[in-house]
Amino acid sequence: MKKDIKSLIFKYRAVFVLIILCLVLSIMTPRFIGISNIMNVLTQISVNAIIAIGMTCVILTGGIDLSVGSVVAIAGAVTASLVKSNVSILIALLVALAIGSLIGLFNGAVISKMKIQPFIVTLSTMSILRGVTYVYTNGIPISGLSSGFMFIGNYRFLEVPFPVFIVILIFLITWYVINQTRFGRYVYALGGNEDSARLTGINTDSVKTIVYILSGVFAAISGVIVTSRIGSASPNAGSGYEMDAIAAVVLGGTSMAGGEGTIIGSIIGAMIIGVLNNGLNLLNVSPFYQSIVKGVVILLAVMMDKKNK
Amino acid sequence: MDRGMPILRMVGISKSFPGVKALENVNLDAYSGKVMALLGENGAGKSTLMNILCGIYSMDEGKIYIEGKEVLIHSIKDAQDMGISIIHQELSLLPNLTVWENIFLGNEIYNKLSKRINKAEMRLKAREFLDQEGCSIDTDILVKDLTVGEMQMVEIVKAVSRNVRILVMDEATAALTDSEIQKLFALIKKLTSQGIAVIYISHRLDEIFKICDMITVLRDGKYIGQMDVSEVTKDDLISKMVGRELKEQYPYVKAKPGNVILKVENLSMGDRVKNVSFEVREGEILGIAGLMGAGRTEVAKLIYGEYKKTSGSIYMDNSKVEISSPMDAIKNRIAYLPEDRKKEGIILKMPVGSNMSLANLKKYERKLKKIDKKMEHKDFKEQIQKLSIKTTGYDQIIKNLSGGNQQKAIFAKWIMVGPRVLIIDEPTRGIDVGAKKEIYEILNELKKSGMAIVMISSEMEEIIGVCDRIIVMHEGKVTGTLSREEVYQEKIMKYAMGLS
Repeated sequence: MKKDIKSLIFKYRAVFVLIILCLVLSIMTPRFIGISNIMNVLTQISVNAIIAIGMTCVILTGGIDLSVGSVVAIAGAVTASLVKSNVSILIALLVALAIGSLIGLFNGAVISKMKIQPFIVTLSTMSILRGVTYVYTNGIPISGLSSGFMFIGNYRFLEVPFPVFIVILIFLITWYVINQTRFGRYVYALGGNEDSARLTGINTDSVKTIVYILSGVFAAISGVIVTSRIGSASPNAGSGYEMDAIAAVVLGGTSMAGGEGTIIGSIIGAMIIGVLNNGLNLLNVSPFYQSIVKGVVILLAVMMDKKNK
Repeated sequence: MDRGMPILRMVGISKSFPGVKALENVNLDAYSGKVMALLGENGAGKSTLMNILCGIYSMDEGKIYIEGKEVLIHSIKDAQDMGISIIHQELSLLPNLTVWENIFLGNEIYNKLSKRINKAEMRLKAREFLDQEGCSIDTDILVKDLTVGEMQMVEIVKAVSRNVRILVMDEATAALTDSEIQKLFALIKKLTSQGIAVIYISHRLDEIFKICDMITVLRDGKYIGQMDVSEVTKDDLISKMVGRELKEQYPYVKAKPGNVILKVENLSMGDRVKNVSFEVREGEILGIAGLMGAGRTEVAKLIYGEYKKTSGSIYMDNSKVEISSPMDAIKNRIAYLPEDRKKEGIILKMPVGSNMSLANLKKYERKLKKIDKKMEHKDFKEQIQKLSIKTTGYDQIIKNLSGGNQQKAIFAKWIMVGPRVLIIDEPTRGIDVGAKKEIYEILNELKKSGMAIVMISSEMEEIIGVCDRIIVMHEGKVTGTLSREEVYQEKIMKYAMGLS
């Protein structure tokens, strides 16, 4: 019985960490459980959670995608400029998705066909795209966007921010794909052992390419949300987002080596990071210390994982 | 036989893991200048016992004596300090360091004054150590550029350089070519003449009779006995290991071969495969014999599309097919069970069930691409029953299955796909005697059902016992074709060595 409880706690350890974190924060600062604060946190979490979902798929195959932060920026900038020049919002959104998927396609194709390490390929695209965004925007934020566009990031249904619904939708779709379809099995197989997967007749190149496309598309969606929410596209947008997404995935118990992990874990991971950020803000902790605390929490979480395994 | 005093005595060793009694009151002696074979099926407890000796596991009960004095071994370092070394099947050398750097790794010689490492001295000493054991390997070569056999020599020399007194060799010959094995045996003779006690673990009985002086047999974690090699026969040993007479180790069945399904013509790949041609009929098992490095696995992977051929053609039912990837091969209903199960066959982290259905998932796709898991589980249950795969269920991680059950799971995976040609590479490597027989029975069933089977094996007895026809390869070429009636070991060996 005692052992059962222990293994149960271990299995849902991320959830426990999240609950404890929330409890502690609500005691320390009552503002934390105010409805407006909670909704604010949820919006912030949404952006990271969407990227983390795509990142989970990539990491499950044993890869990594560092370019997501730059995709946020370029997708946001292009969408903003289109909206500003009165292109219909729907077309602007489709262009953003197209940009995300093309970048993913490029990453995936180079990684699978040229057999270059994902870390190096996406590190390069991260740098290239950041530069492209600066060139495209001349380094100046694009602001003054129509209210129709700002709807996406700011609309609330029954107090719940619209981006939360987008996360839920993306989560459900990805969860289905990863857990209920052939493709999902192939993702785990590829991450578990690429040679075995290929010799089983799995088209490993195409599975790899698709996960980077997913990651690119989801990052682009995040880019649109970020831009819409603040009503402005900054060329700096999304820098460091790749790290938050990777942290969420790791906190959610996914193995960086691939083949092991869950989408829901990454969502919980993103919530932990979001709540932690928000709590530290509410407690007036200086951003310098916030960064330290975040790093320590991630390290501790992973160390606990290691020890229990 | 007068053996003198054993240098090592392990007495009444017991060890339990959660749920399993791995060793129960086991004894093992080793004598200076003698080779002691440690024999048993997989899972008999050999590795556990050696891990205790080398300080990797701690024992629950028992005593270890060295030169009559009781010793406590708590760590690998303790074991090394007492002169105990183990040479594993997976070598522990660092591939990007040179031979001499590896020999002195962690044991470097320092310049007395400057405290810098003394490279010249180490190089010289390494040369001396190698010469002493009759190895001509260059000390400055990187270990990754050595053959597996040479790496093993270096590993042994490394152990000797550290004043080893008890040397454990675990499946040392598994990956060696025949000539390398001969060299290794010569080296073992040399070591024993220097008074080193060798503990030799191998599945190959022939080797044990050739090189060992004494044998200790374990079965299911229990000590069965210690005997002189001269006192026992192979049959005795097998029955001691398995506790039952294995009358029909190779249950050959005769089937009537039908039409030619797979035909290979002048298949070549650079220097490694040269103009290989053969055909396989339905209801037939074709064996490919040969020594390591003869190009057998390459032929299999060429047919399977994993390697690219430089010339030659492949025919299915007399019509030419183009196969440039495993996917193409599977479309042509060719399946391949690789030699290295863990690296190429299974996905260790995945459940048995998912491993088994992985090649066949399309079959379970329903609306919205959803996998019909009910159906998948049903097929799983059917297969584990049919092939008597021992597992706690669909969700058990395949890593935790024994080698034999893993292999059967891979068989199940391909049987469910229903190939017409099945290529199996070393189907029973690292599998215990009991499970081997079950594998042969599966092969016979498939043969009777009309499958064309190509079996690559390094175990001569196995290939003779199971196959209908045998081709022998040597240095990338087919050097002989033999029917079941005209086959005997010496003949295969002659072809395999390129002697006729």
